[in-house]
This record gives sequence, structure tokens and C-alpha cells, in this order.
Amino acid sequence: MLSPQLNLYFVIAFSFLLALVLSVYPLPMDMRWWRPEFVLLVAIYWIFFMPLTVSFTLLCVLGLFQDLLEGVPFGQHSLGLVIVAYICILSYQRVRNFSIWRQSCWIFILVGIAQLTDNWVQGMAGRPLSGIQFLYPALTSALLWPLCHRWLNAMTHRYHH
Amino acid sequence: MGLVVVGLYTDRLEPLREKFAQLATPFYQITDVPSRVNDWRKDTFVSEVDLKLENEALRTELLIHQRKLQQLASLAAENVRLRQLLNASQMLQDTVLIAELIGVSPNPLSHKVVINRGTKDGAFKGQPVLDAFGLMGQLIDVGETSSTVLLISDSTHAIPVQVNRNGVRAIAEGTGDLNSLSLRHVSANTDIRAGDLLVSSGLGERFPVGYPVAEVLQVVRDPGKAFLTVIAKPMARLDRSRHLLLVFADRDKASVPGALSLPAAASGTTSSSASSSSSVGGGQ
Repeated sequence: MLSPQLNLYFVIAFSFLLALVLSVYPLPMDMRWWRPEFVLLVAIYWIFFMPLTVSFTLLCVLGLFQDLLEGVPFGQHSLGLVIVAYICILSYQRVRNFSIWRQSCWIFILVGIAQLTDNWVQGMAGRPLSGIQFLYPALTSALLWPLCHRWLNAMTHRYHH
Repeated sequence: MGLVVVGLYTDRLEPLREKFAQLATPFYQITDVPSRVNDWRKDTFVSEVDLKLENEALRTELLIHQRKLQQLASLAAENVRLRQLLNASQMLQDTVLIAELIGVSPNPLSHKVVINRGTKDGAFKGQPVLDAFGLMGQLIDVGETSSTVLLISDSTHAIPVQVNRNGVRAIAEGTGDLNSLSLRHVSANTDIRAGDLLVSSGLGERFPVGYPVAEVLQVVRDPGKAFLTVIAKPMARLDRSRHLLLVFADRDKASVPGALSLPAAASGTTSSSASSSSSVGGGQ
């Protein structure tokens, strides 16, 4: 049997891998706006509930890998991840005590911020955005949050203790 | 932030991207598993009656294509004779390699797909990609066993085309909408109308000449503007085709493992033998 600490690292690595796979899972072209930001959700969860396990450097590398995977300019996701992670670190003590739906609202704002920086970078790359579509992922992410929270909680309790 | 700027405005990071592109392949292969299972299910659990029906339909279709091909042979011979009369160069025979789509770019602002061919199969950056109905795009990132195709409808893509009816040249730009391209700087007195077939013109030497690109849907003449607004619909099924063709023009054919040799486009009258009957007929 592995030590609890090592187990936790496995759970974290597995959750991020799964999030990466989900973030490139093929969707019909028109549905792609509705894909939740899985990697960001998982990162937010770990920062809220295990603030010492995920480092900014790791998030930066993770973001770079996601950029590579999705074929977007290098640094796009890193930027969003690090900014959101910083806000999370500042606020996790309060947010932990929120009810789950209030947390969802908070997630909507966080993912919205990441989407905003994403679209700045996309705009610099020559793909300017029109309309409010860029907030769709924030909406679906917020709706997915209770599920994500419950599942990751169960995983942590099962393998960490 | 600095990284973003460096990545966008210089090409310093390109080698890095090429080096690590290989790491992304397994993810696309994993996400492709469900559709593979579905294909396998379709192939395995199929009734004999259905197979017979399909066989029948395919035979009929083959017969129709063979009839077309008979005409094509004499047309091709005639074309060669006429070209000899004009002292023009021989038409090129293009070679194609069949590739399968394994992923779609998750970024909703860009139109890219991932295919299962890479440098190992002879694919190269800038290589044109077709499906059975027309031009789809070109390779932009080439890994060892997979590569990324930029579709013609992407908002950063443009392709030189000509109207098949009269040879008027234009540039077709992607609009970020899968079903429309727009023609750039078409002067107001140009002879172009709805229903015209646009084929690749071969200018710029990136795309081979004569493959169908799009069909003009709408031409708007606004007296207040210097240019026409021309909207065209891509012929290729950009969001549905799973099997694509990579085109090797004759000059870079060298040695491609597994490539098929097909008689291909000559200026406008015929197109790749893989294209649909409608696009062949459109040229005559």
C-alpha cells in the first residue's frame, strides 16, 4: 500500500490527465463553445481544498501542455490558470465555507476571468471575438462544479485517508 | 505574458512546438476510441441483407463512375493533344495519401482538425488536404505520426481561386464560419454570379490547380462600396468528412510509402478522380 501522501499525488495527476483528455474530446463544431473548462475546474478544486499541493510552476507547465494539446499560442492557458490560481489562493478560506451553489457563482466569475484572458490572447493571434459567446464555457463550468466537487471529494476521501 | 508575446510575434517557439507535438498524439488517440468502437460495431454487427443492399448500391455507383471515366480518358487524351499544339507543359499527375481524422481542435475560434499522418508518412508543412468533395485545407503542424490541418474556413486562412466558368481570379478567405468563405477585393464589374464553381487556381504554388474549393452562394452589389461582397460555400464537407486525402504534387513525390497514384486535375475540366460527380460535371 502506498503512503497517503503519494496516493494524493496520484489522484491529483489522474484528475488532471482526465481533464486534459476531456478538454480535447471531439465535439461537433457548433457545440464547442459549450465545453466546460475542465482543467481550470480541477485546478480550482485542488487550490480550494488542498492549497499546498499545487504549485504555480506546475500550473504554468500544465497550461503550456494544454496549449500544445489544443494548438493555441503558447502561454494562453498558463496565463489564465495562474491569474485564477492567484485569486483562489487569496480567497480559499472564505470560499470553502460557501454553500455549493454560491461556490458555483464564484466559479462562473473565475472561469469568466480566464476566458477573458484567453480571448485577449486569441485576439492578439488574429482571431477577434464577437459577442458574448466566450462566457458560455464559464456558464457550463459553473453548472458542472457541484458534480466535479462531489466526485473529487469522493476520490480524495477514498484514497487519501 | 512575455511568453505569449514571444510566441505570437516571433517564431522562436516553433521548434519547441514541433519537438513536443508528439506528446499530444496519445490524447487524440484516446478521444478517438469511442468512434473507433462505433466503426467496429458497424462493421461487425451488420445483417447480410444490409450488406447485400450496400453491395448492390456500390456496384451501381461503380458503373456510373466507370462510364464517366471512359469519357475522361478521351478528354484527357484530347487535352494532351491540344496542349502539345500549344507547346504547353504536360499536366501534372498528383499522388494522394489517404489519412483519417482523429481529432478536432477544441478551440472554438479556430478551425483545425488532427489527422493520423505525419513526417513518417512523408507529410510536410503546407501540404494541401482534400476530401472527396473538394479542398479542405493545408497542414500547419506536422508531428511524427499526426498532424494538424488548418481548414479553409478558418479566419486566418486564404486561398487563391478562379471561377471555373470564365477563369476570373480571386482570393477566398475564411470567415470563421464553417459554411462560408468570402472573396476579397472583387471589383464591382467582375463577371461572377451565384452558382459559380470556384476552383483552386494554383497561384502561390501551395495548392494544386483545378480542385473544387467552393460554390458562390450570394453576390451583393452595393453601389456605395468599391468591391463586391461575395459569399461562397465550401465544397468539402469540413465538419463531416472522416477520410481525407493528402496531395503530393509530382515534384515532391520522391518516395511516399503507401501513396496511390491517381490521374488528377487539369485546368478546370476534370478534377481528382476522388471527387464527386457533381464537381466533375460542373467543369463541362
